[in-house]
Amino acid sequence: MQIQPILAALRRHRLATLLIAMEIALACAVLCNAAFLIATRWQQARIHSGVDEASLAVLTLEGYDPAHAVDLNARVLAGLRAIPGLQSASVINAVPFGQHAGTAGITTDAAGQHFGGVVDFYAGGPGSFEALGVKVVAGQAPAPEAYQRPMHSFLPDDATVLVTSALADHLWPGGDPLGKEFWVGRFHFRVGGVLDHLMRQRGGEGGPATAEWSVFVPAPPGEQLVGRYLIRAKPAQLSGVLRDARAAMAKVAPDAVVDLANSQTVSDLREDYFRRDRTMSRLLLGVIAALLLVTALGIVGLASFWVQQRRRQIGVRRALGATRGDILRYFQTENFLIVTLGVLLGAAGAYAMNLALMQRFELSHLPAVYLLVAAVVLWSLGQLAVLGPALRAAAVPPVVATRSV
Amino acid sequence: MFQYYLDLAWRSLRRNKVLTALMVLAIALGIGASITTLTVLHVLSGDPLPGRSAEIYYPQIDPQDLRGMSPSKEPPSQLTLIDGMNLLRAARADRQALMKGGEVPIQPEQSTLDPFYVNARYTTADFFPMFGTPFLFGHAWNSADDEAKARQVVISSDLNQKLFGGANSVGRTLRISGTAFQIVGVLDHWQPNPHFYDLNTGSYAYSEQVFLPLQTMIDLHLSQDGSNDCWGNGGGGTDTVLPADTCVWLQFWVQLKTPAEAAAYKQFLVHYSEEQRTLGRFQRPPNVRLRNLMQWLDYNGVVPDDVRLQTWLAFGFLVVCLVNTVGLMLAKFMRRAAELGVRRALGASRRALLVQLLIEAGVVGLVGGFGGALLALGGLWLVRQRSSDYAVLAHLDPSMLLMTFLLALGATLLAGLLPAWRACQIAPALQLKSN
Repeated sequence: MQIQPILAALRRHRLATLLIAMEIALACAVLCNAAFLIATRWQQARIHSGVDEASLAVLTLEGYDPAHAVDLNARVLAGLRAIPGLQSASVINAVPFGQHAGTAGITTDAAGQHFGGVVDFYAGGPGSFEALGVKVVAGQAPAPEAYQRPMHSFLPDDATVLVTSALADHLWPGGDPLGKEFWVGRFHFRVGGVLDHLMRQRGGEGGPATAEWSVFVPAPPGEQLVGRYLIRAKPAQLSGVLRDARAAMAKVAPDAVVDLANSQTVSDLREDYFRRDRTMSRLLLGVIAALLLVTALGIVGLASFWVQQRRRQIGVRRALGATRGDILRYFQTENFLIVTLGVLLGAAGAYAMNLALMQRFELSHLPAVYLLVAAVVLWSLGQLAVLGPALRAAAVPPVVATRSV
Repeated sequence: MFQYYLDLAWRSLRRNKVLTALMVLAIALGIGASITTLTVLHVLSGDPLPGRSAEIYYPQIDPQDLRGMSPSKEPPSQLTLIDGMNLLRAARADRQALMKGGEVPIQPEQSTLDPFYVNARYTTADFFPMFGTPFLFGHAWNSADDEAKARQVVISSDLNQKLFGGANSVGRTLRISGTAFQIVGVLDHWQPNPHFYDLNTGSYAYSEQVFLPLQTMIDLHLSQDGSNDCWGNGGGGTDTVLPADTCVWLQFWVQLKTPAEAAAYKQFLVHYSEEQRTLGRFQRPPNVRLRNLMQWLDYNGVVPDDVRLQTWLAFGFLVVCLVNTVGLMLAKFMRRAAELGVRRALGASRRALLVQLLIEAGVVGLVGGFGGALLALGGLWLVRQRSSDYAVLAHLDPSMLLMTFLLALGATLLAGLLPAWRACQIAPALQLKSN
């Protein structure tokens, strides 16, 4: 196949060529960025919370008198433990993807000069740590007596706590976190163990890097730790157990109201938490589909016009001995060249758009592989779109050359 | 002449149905996507108090201790109770209101209704005249009632409908959290979007059912909702226990009618901070802000990032659609070279041809705009099916509908300009010969 004559022909139709190339370039830029956004969201939605999501549910009560907290906790726990299928029930202040509680800024010195960041505190009563199913990678799980330290405000003072390895790396990079100390105001904490993963309740405020800045504090149920209960059951029985638990509250805690929105299985809370990301991903997929459709229609439209305009030339070529295959390949090669030009322009456009988006939104650099995939997609799309008009061109009989001039 | 061109455009468009349909489809898709996202953006970044918002300001002062101080840091976004009361009683603005959100149980007298929880706003009296809330029945309480910790309540029309079947309930008694309140007013439907006066409760489609005096809430220990930020040894304050003195948890709004008043008020905030520092309550040098309502919304970034991102994408898509239309129109106009050549030879000027072709483009734009409006209606319906708090607000208003057609027409004319100009550059003789 000779490329020279094709280029010569394209030079005669500079405007139309440039328009298709521009359209391909724009499509390429939008396509790459939309696909990248989808992938980013998808990755975020796959974050590992660190707990046994499938086996856990949370039950939240409201409207009770805080003065009766100890009594309420005892009644509720006893009521829950009577439910068949329940593996464990305990008091906790929050679960991943649930309503958030216990967010505070920490410092790594008593004077409060070295700010360590804003972290989420999980305060849990006896049994809650085991129920969560978090993995301890260094140090040890809280001892039974650790749950007895008296509460101040929303946390016990001088507690031995467990931090995630992400938080440990942030606070003491390179060092051994065991035995290290940190403060919330004047309250003091000592690290007794390191957790593999434990996601913050509502994700990190400072972006994905802070999503696992969590601390588990063993705490005594009481006036400051009441009203939220962690339920553990076999995954298959969990929803049944939760239903029974909600129903049981009318009997064991008639003085309280079940907060239904915050009494869910952790999997349902997760589903809800990422709903927005999922709708956004679907919307982006819609944009990509519509974009490819419009681009393909544009190619079909212009290619048909060109074929019609060149009927006579095609006839002459056929009369001079060109086969149908030659004509077909001519239009396909022409399309390939235009799309290549478009993809080259589009690569620059995609990076520019990525930079613009990065300034406004939380996004990283566009990996080059997206450009490669976009190029392949657009090449295939171009070939498919031009096939119809090209076949019509190939069907032009040689006799056309002798007519109409 | 215009009508004749219109007729020509119509004939030409009908001659080439596939190409016309492709152009209309491209325009409709692009416009539909842009208008859908633009409507959502328009609704979300709208002015919650049109005509009044420029006079409404949100003062911020910095009562925190020296820990973690840096010169560029913004002051906290709420006030402590002490500062709130001081600023309220200083009454340096035309109107001022101190407020907090909460949730209270309503215990209806009717035995057919179980007790239920509603959203509450605890506020001082100026809230109503300052924000211009419409009253269906009765009126607001006054500042004397504030100080007297009056058991008075203003309820929403929704609650009035639910409890009293929409009748005038002023003067009747409502039991809230075990205490009898006298209803003094019933609001007409009032739901500013965004919920500007307290963004901690969710920015959109949030409204309160009962409004009662702030002092009364403090007196009765009703439960509060929203954000409490504490420093030093401040206790967070549980549901019904008031936050410590080193916690900011109240919103404070003032009305200042002129820019001069606003400047004077800002000066007053600086003086107040200095005074408190001399008294030893404040430790930081004065750090004050006085943003008006729209600046406050902007500072808090209430419009979700996702919505802005979608708008960007939609306009990128529109540009692709337009480039596509340019290409198709070029094909269409160039194909009619012969016809245009005849018109030129018969004496039509280039200008006349250009007008004729642009009218043809305009017709495509209008039809595309119509399709775009239909697609936008469908798109907004899809948006409303979503779970976000703002979803229910996504409706196409008349101004956006007009915008749809203007955008479609403008975009197509722009797209038609280049092909039309190219097509007009025809040498009449050449075209006549080749036929």
